[in-house]
Amino acid sequence: MNMGQALETNYDVTGQEGEQFLTFILAGEEYGVDILRVQEIRGWTRTTPIPNAPHYIKGVINLRGTIVPIIDLRERFNMETLEYGPTTVVIVVRAEHEDHDRIMGIVVDAVSEVYSLQDDNRQAPPDLGNAIDEQFVTALATIEEKMIILLDIDRLLSNAALQQIRPEETTQ
Amino acid sequence: MTIDIQQFVQTFLEESFEGLDTMEAQLLELNGDNPASIDTIFRAAHSIKGGAGTFGFSAVSDFTHGVETLLDQMRSGTRSTTPELTALLLEAVDCIRSMLSATDSGQTPDARKVADTAARIESWLDDSPARSRHPEPSATTAPRASQGWRIRFEPHADIMMTGNDPLRILSALSELGDMACQCDLGRLPPIETMDPEQCHLSWDIVVHGDIPRTAIESVFEWVEGECDLTIDEITAGEEAPGPATDEDTRSSPPPADKTENQDSATQVRQRDQSSSIRVNTRKIDALIDMVGELVITQSMLGELSERLQNGDPGCMEQLLDGITQLERNTRELQENVMGIRMLPISFAFNRIPRMVHDLSGRLGKSLQLQLTGEQTELDKTVLEKISDPLVHLVRNAADHGIEMPEQRAAAGKPETGTIQLNAFHQGGNIIIEIADDGAGLNRERIRERALHRGLISEEQVLSDEQLDDLIFAPGFSTAEAVSDVSGRGVGMDVVRQNINSLGGAVEISSEPGAGSRVTIRLPLTLSILDGQLIEVGQEKFVIPLVSIIESIQVTPGHLRSVADSRLLYRLRDQYIPVLFPDQLLLGDARRDRDLDHALLVVVEAEGQQAGLVVDDLLGQQQVVIKALETNFRRVDGIAGATILGDGTVALILDASGLMHLASRRTPDAPLLKRRDNAAA
Repeated sequence: MNMGQALETNYDVTGQEGEQFLTFILAGEEYGVDILRVQEIRGWTRTTPIPNAPHYIKGVINLRGTIVPIIDLRERFNMETLEYGPTTVVIVVRAEHEDHDRIMGIVVDAVSEVYSLQDDNRQAPPDLGNAIDEQFVTALATIEEKMIILLDIDRLLSNAALQQIRPEETTQ
Repeated sequence: MTIDIQQFVQTFLEESFEGLDTMEAQLLELNGDNPASIDTIFRAAHSIKGGAGTFGFSAVSDFTHGVETLLDQMRSGTRSTTPELTALLLEAVDCIRSMLSATDSGQTPDARKVADTAARIESWLDDSPARSRHPEPSATTAPRASQGWRIRFEPHADIMMTGNDPLRILSALSELGDMACQCDLGRLPPIETMDPEQCHLSWDIVVHGDIPRTAIESVFEWVEGECDLTIDEITAGEEAPGPATDEDTRSSPPPADKTENQDSATQVRQRDQSSSIRVNTRKIDALIDMVGELVITQSMLGELSERLQNGDPGCMEQLLDGITQLERNTRELQENVMGIRMLPISFAFNRIPRMVHDLSGRLGKSLQLQLTGEQTELDKTVLEKISDPLVHLVRNAADHGIEMPEQRAAAGKPETGTIQLNAFHQGGNIIIEIADDGAGLNRERIRERALHRGLISEEQVLSDEQLDDLIFAPGFSTAEAVSDVSGRGVGMDVVRQNINSLGGAVEISSEPGAGSRVTIRLPLTLSILDGQLIEVGQEKFVIPLVSIIESIQVTPGHLRSVADSRLLYRLRDQYIPVLFPDQLLLGDARRDRDLDHALLVVVEAEGQQAGLVVDDLLGQQQVVIKALETNFRRVDGIAGATILGDGTVALILDASGLMHLASRRTPDAPLLKRRDNAAA
């Protein structure tokens, strides 16, 4: 719980009840992930590319001796890509899969806040069309007139999402 | 307070398996009545029985009880050791092992074999030569039933210090049958001098019912030596209704609720099974010492750097010394941490003596096994994977290598065939040799078989070594008939595959009439490898040194392309395919590259060679292998990742994976045309 406490001192906490979410900014929108899944927040560092991986996997980094893959969320959601800058941060999260847990980093534009959300400020996502893959969104929440899109980390970083691209497909 | 004893079940099982190994080893060495080794066997059986009782594996503890009784009679000299008895006890060890591994894996043991063995133990016990004169109350007599028992139970004052509660014993007795109990307050001191943590009571108990003596004894099992106990039969006249009743309770499954308990425990256990390793305390102590050294060096360096900052130039030399010391500490620490995963190879050798013993009976051959270098240590992972190939090789040596006694006598050799198993270190590798003094490989027949199987052609001329090596070829088996000893569907090719997958090599040498010798060479550990650091494009990669044959500079004109789809390089008298790691891995084909004088790293995998075009050779170093699977997944062409000195990640190339990648890939025709022109 050290992580949670550390975050509470740095970010505004609106309440003590309900589940806590860490929110971050991606192309002007605010997204949230379950704070219990967040391991740490760090700046962007150069990655070592992984052969024949999907384009949104930027490579792997050394996180204190552990090899951690880094995923660019803008590219994952087919958004316009940005140059990585000083505010570009990597949120290191733990995704739970059937076989075992995986530690991965997601690249976002900036980290925003930590919110506590009750069930009643959340609603099921409407049809989002092609804007973002619906299966990754668990709910929409409203805080201070802002909309927050809550993401399902496990699905977002599922085995299927990390599948290898067959070499034939990469041949230009 | 309740203690969840399930957390200790795994430990109990590990200890029990060790105990069974000890029993087996001692039984095999048992010649005549050797009290010391019978004692060892007895103790192992006793702790398995006790532990099994505690954890509710009643089938195991009941079964082991009979074994223990037999052993106790052997120990006290009332029963003499015969080969039949030893064979029965070995079978009993197998039964206990199968029952324990059944609780471990959640499978059901071979109930028929267990019941059969239990019945045979019963019948041995039945013609019990005489009552043991040993005074120990536990397990001294054959199990018998009677109408009831009169028990005098006088616990010693400090019985409760050992965690035993007389009340629980009494309630356990009451479960056995109709119990009447009278408490004797005679030893109770005046209240002002009474110590509430001591037991001053004793009991006279009468239990009625058809209860075997063993059941009564097992209630008192844990307080042996902590109490004065007399157990008398009430009706001495009537004999027990017969061992059959006992046996029924013995082999019957535990009650349903217990089974359920065990199931949930099994699930819990399986989850954390692979994660435990027993480490010698000395190794841990050495580590702690080294960490101490490291801390001292660190504080010294800190102090020196402060002095340097304050402009003291004299300490430069001391600083350099300190860094050298730090290097030494780090290296020692690394070696010792690696050492924790190292276990003596005797863990893999342990199965062999028993197997040879059984084989010798089954094959009608006289076999003798010599083990040397059992204390040679190797990585736990390697050890676990080498065990099956070893068993297979020894089985082969016994089945195909050693001749029948008559043939041996005719050849002027001792009738007893010898199989030698030897392990030793040699230059960063561990070597395991399996040698037999049998007939050696029959090269005629190998050639015949290989021709028959289409492995070689009629006109092919092969050296003796090449012929011998054919037995490792897939689909080759020299056994005339598939026997149940060596024909189990795994051939020598599987042995070679397994060993290769560990980064090792296996070869055989043979002398007709004098025997053959299989040599296995294995890396000491799977977690560190010697690598060649290379640069391709902007990225650094590591190629394992074991797969590198040589590194050369491309000689202009030696490049050829085949049907515009593959680039070949003429390396002396053979053509090897040229692969581009940057194209295969980074999807980055640099079309304008001049290949003349480019660097080519020649690698070998699965018996094939290929040249990898690299931009630079950076240096050789030991790297620690980290699995990509931990947080990602397996990647084709990549064996793993490692962390370089500057903290960045470099991927380790997998030569065979790269070759497969290249063969799957659609050829990049324009790229090759350009290169071909350049080469021409």
